[in-house]
Amino acid sequence: MAARRHLALTAFAAFVFLFLAAPLLIIAVTAFGEASTIRFPIRGFTFEWFGAVFASRSFMSSLRLSLVLAVYATLLALAIGVPAAYALGRTTFRRNKLLRSFFLSSTFVPGIVIGYALFKFLVIGLRMPVFAGLLLGHFLVVIPYVIRVVGASLEQFDFSIEEVARSLGCNRAQAFAKAVLPNIGSGIVAAFMLAFINSFNNIPVSMFLTGPGISTLPRTLMSYIEYSYDPSVSAISVLLMAITVLLMYGVERTMGIGTLAG
Amino acid sequence: MRKSLYFFLLAPGVLLLGVFLFYPLIVILAPTFASEASPFERYAAFFSDPYYLRIIYRTVRIAIVATVVCMILGVPTSYFISRRSRRAKSFLMAVSIFPLLTNSVVRAFAWIIVLGRNGVVNSLLLRLGWIDRPLTLLYTEFSVLVGTIYLFLPLMIITLVGSMDNIEEDVTEAAESLGANRLATFLKVVLPLSLPGIMVGGVLVFSGAITAYTTPNLLGGNKNMLLSTLIYQRAMSLSDWTGAGVIALVMILMTLAVVKLMQDLANRLDRS
Repeated sequence: MAARRHLALTAFAAFVFLFLAAPLLIIAVTAFGEASTIRFPIRGFTFEWFGAVFASRSFMSSLRLSLVLAVYATLLALAIGVPAAYALGRTTFRRNKLLRSFFLSSTFVPGIVIGYALFKFLVIGLRMPVFAGLLLGHFLVVIPYVIRVVGASLEQFDFSIEEVARSLGCNRAQAFAKAVLPNIGSGIVAAFMLAFINSFNNIPVSMFLTGPGISTLPRTLMSYIEYSYDPSVSAISVLLMAITVLLMYGVERTMGIGTLAG
Repeated sequence: MRKSLYFFLLAPGVLLLGVFLFYPLIVILAPTFASEASPFERYAAFFSDPYYLRIIYRTVRIAIVATVVCMILGVPTSYFISRRSRRAKSFLMAVSIFPLLTNSVVRAFAWIIVLGRNGVVNSLLLRLGWIDRPLTLLYTEFSVLVGTIYLFLPLMIITLVGSMDNIEEDVTEAAESLGANRLATFLKVVLPLSLPGIMVGGVLVFSGAITAYTTPNLLGGNKNMLLSTLIYQRAMSLSDWTGAGVIALVMILMTLAVVKLMQDLANRLDRS
């Protein structure tokens, strides 16, 4: 009896994993079809759609923009977020709780609203260049990840180590660089990767903030899908999934994949 | 830490968020209250327009159904994952996290391939002779729902595995040694103990579903708009700035209400 119920649970879980994996596997397979529109199962086998993607100027320039944007937005968020998380973790002021929620406040505003607000204020109001608007928008998207992840690893840190460094003659900056930073390093790496992937994948904020000729890859892909149904979309999807796999591998090596769950 | 250093470390972030998040929000929200009759005139008009009401209902309906389906699919699956050995568990967690980190355009596009007129489902059913002509599955409320479930099920699973991992093996073994079969153990021991996780997961799915943009945009078409696609259309296609501002505040308040609900639930569960 027990074994049969166990079988039922296993079958149920297998069905759910099939539901999760099958759509992405189907996309991956369609990237290799020879026909000019997507069909499944595929006829023939070709790499030509990957070639088409690499030859496409709009895909390549938006890929470049997405990568540059994700790196800049993440570095900006780390430059602003790590000192803030340190100040909040090192002190026990009553206002820290309020300040922490202030730094996390962009999680309570839907991405599409952030995009619209910045569009109205920066692009229409201040006539700011497209890239500056995108950078600020993506900074708002990723700063909560830095505060959360770096904050969590500072909670694990024993600040008496920093005190020892200072009593041994380090000044504040030296003590931070030599005693604190190495101990929260893996937290910073994890924050970097989480922030990077969330900026790289973001659509809602970018929707309003991309301009003519300047578009992020997901945004370009989205407008391309509206008019075309050819396997180059599948080929890009495979490339994006490959980037995801690399990042997951990186996180697994530094902090363990479980940290993404928290 | 000296106060001056404390402020020096926090000031840049406070300044950036103040100028580029809070001030822009004021810029888009202030005009929605500018009216001669009553500051809430536009909101009253919004909530009495049947067209907008339909969109609000649809947004909430899809979010509720998606949350419930994610719970039904997620709870047994997470239980299955949490009872595996270490290696099997980390593999299954990776399989669950992978879709979460894959671009939402890719995830929505997968369902275009599956549900489209010449898609996987239709060609399979045609070949089996179960249907004579393709079913309209794509650009319906159904496809938005499927896409939303697909988008958030991993989040539910990950949250639930975290909370089910905290249930000691001893507790379930005790239930079984006292004569409960596996199903009874699951229903009477595991389910009540993972209730906090189910609630947190549910709130995450719900609040994500009412604000998701990519999925309703790609899988819903013009006939199945949600609040998120409506705000984009109002602002970008129609240049209706105050209309978009009204929708923005409605979405922010809905999100805050759900977050508040989660905090209250967490507090109550902590105390009991």
